[in-house]
Amino acid sequence: MFAAKKRIVSELKFTKEHEWIKTEEDGTAIIGISDFAQEQLGDIVSIELPKDGGFFRQGQTMAIVDSVKASSDIYAPISGEIIEVNEGLVEKPEIINQSPYDLGWIVKIKPSKMDEFESLMTKEKYDRYIGEIK
Amino acid sequence: MQTPFYDIHKSLGAKIVDFHGWKMPLQYSGIVDEHVNVRTNVGLFDVSHMGRFEIKGQNTLPCLQKLVTNDLEKLADHQALYSPMCYQDGGIVDDIIAYRVAHDHFLIVVNSSNRSKDLKWISEHSKSAHIEDITDRTSLLAIQGPRACDVLQKLVGTDLRSVKPFHLVNEEIDGIECMLSRTGYTGEDGFEMFFDSSRIEVWGKLMEYGSIYGVKPAGLGARDTLRLEAGLMLYGNDMDENTTPLEVPLKWTISFDKKQEFMGKKALSNIRPSRKLVGFEVTEKRIARHANKILMNGLEVGFVTSGSFSPTLRKSIGFCFVPVDVLQNQLLQIDIGGKHYEAKVTSTRFYKRKLR
Repeated sequence: MFAAKKRIVSELKFTKEHEWIKTEEDGTAIIGISDFAQEQLGDIVSIELPKDGGFFRQGQTMAIVDSVKASSDIYAPISGEIIEVNEGLVEKPEIINQSPYDLGWIVKIKPSKMDEFESLMTKEKYDRYIGEIK
Repeated sequence: MQTPFYDIHKSLGAKIVDFHGWKMPLQYSGIVDEHVNVRTNVGLFDVSHMGRFEIKGQNTLPCLQKLVTNDLEKLADHQALYSPMCYQDGGIVDDIIAYRVAHDHFLIVVNSSNRSKDLKWISEHSKSAHIEDITDRTSLLAIQGPRACDVLQKLVGTDLRSVKPFHLVNEEIDGIECMLSRTGYTGEDGFEMFFDSSRIEVWGKLMEYGSIYGVKPAGLGARDTLRLEAGLMLYGNDMDENTTPLEVPLKWTISFDKKQEFMGKKALSNIRPSRKLVGFEVTEKRIARHANKILMNGLEVGFVTSGSFSPTLRKSIGFCFVPVDVLQNQLLQIDIGGKHYEAKVTSTRFYKRKLR
């Protein structure tokens, strides 16, 4: 059973669509959405999670969150197979708002193309990016 | 456009959105938090964007009686009622609250999105009465929740418990003239407060005296989820010029036997609607939204007019149009983002407050 632990945000990589991804020592990767994203969405009230075993190409919709005001697709930052989803979010989706980088992790995947990481942003670049779009 | 309280909302860190040309607070601490606080304690809303008209003159009552479907003769002085105004074909111009100050003096509150349309409509049909748009020179705040009365009572002398729902009282808050009405759009007890637009300090007074009761500011986001739970409709979503009060649950507002002929009476007497507005609860986890298609047995039969999340029921709820023969508890499907999700037909009233 995967246990959430405190993630060092500076080690995460980010997408333009506000997902973050962190590679683990065992080669798997954890995915969630950024603090900026949860703040923009407002209160998240439901999430539709993918099934274990599902395969997603980079950029494909793998989950959908509903906040009170809007729906938002969550895209796969890199291609891979879902090996675990954060089931706890189904009953308490607000955890994503409260803890977007730790308890609010969304899926764990087995990456299929490690070189896709090159296309992602560092935290520094992501912070500059959101500074521009605000 | 901004209300007189815009700077206050900014200083409170509100997320500001454009609402029909008005820069309004969508939320402060969060929609769910603000909603729950209104149901549990008390919330303070800036609703100064709503259109406010003052109508005076001896022909005020007959002019308004012609425009509204409800019977204004039912009103005593210092009493208000809710009514749609209809076109000759029975379609709804807007839904309003008419406050009778005296037989020759009424205050009308209309949806902000319809302000100029309504002003034109009422003026054209009230040539012998004097109508003034007082939106800019007045403010309107709403204090709503089980503790609303407790908060306001600290600021005024009238025993507020004696003010019946939809009744008005003239008062002073810290020396500032204020008309209070026991009305609201949340399904909770509360008051709406009308006063001069220069006196923004009323907000601060309410927040100060309300703090021991847990008062929090509440924005348009919570206003929408609260009214939806309470079964209250929103013009533009649930009804428009192509909707009659027979199709949405407003038949009760039509006084077919009031003495005065009113706009739309003939049409409304003859129309047999083929669709009706009902409530629904989504049995799955997604949120249904305005314009989502409603299906039954794979066929499109209607659409969602208002859809959101209910913090009280913790599920997606809303209103939708369905054929008239559809029954409560019947199951239907809602197309959300191209996928079909199951929902159950319900009453439009999801929440009823406990009476103290």
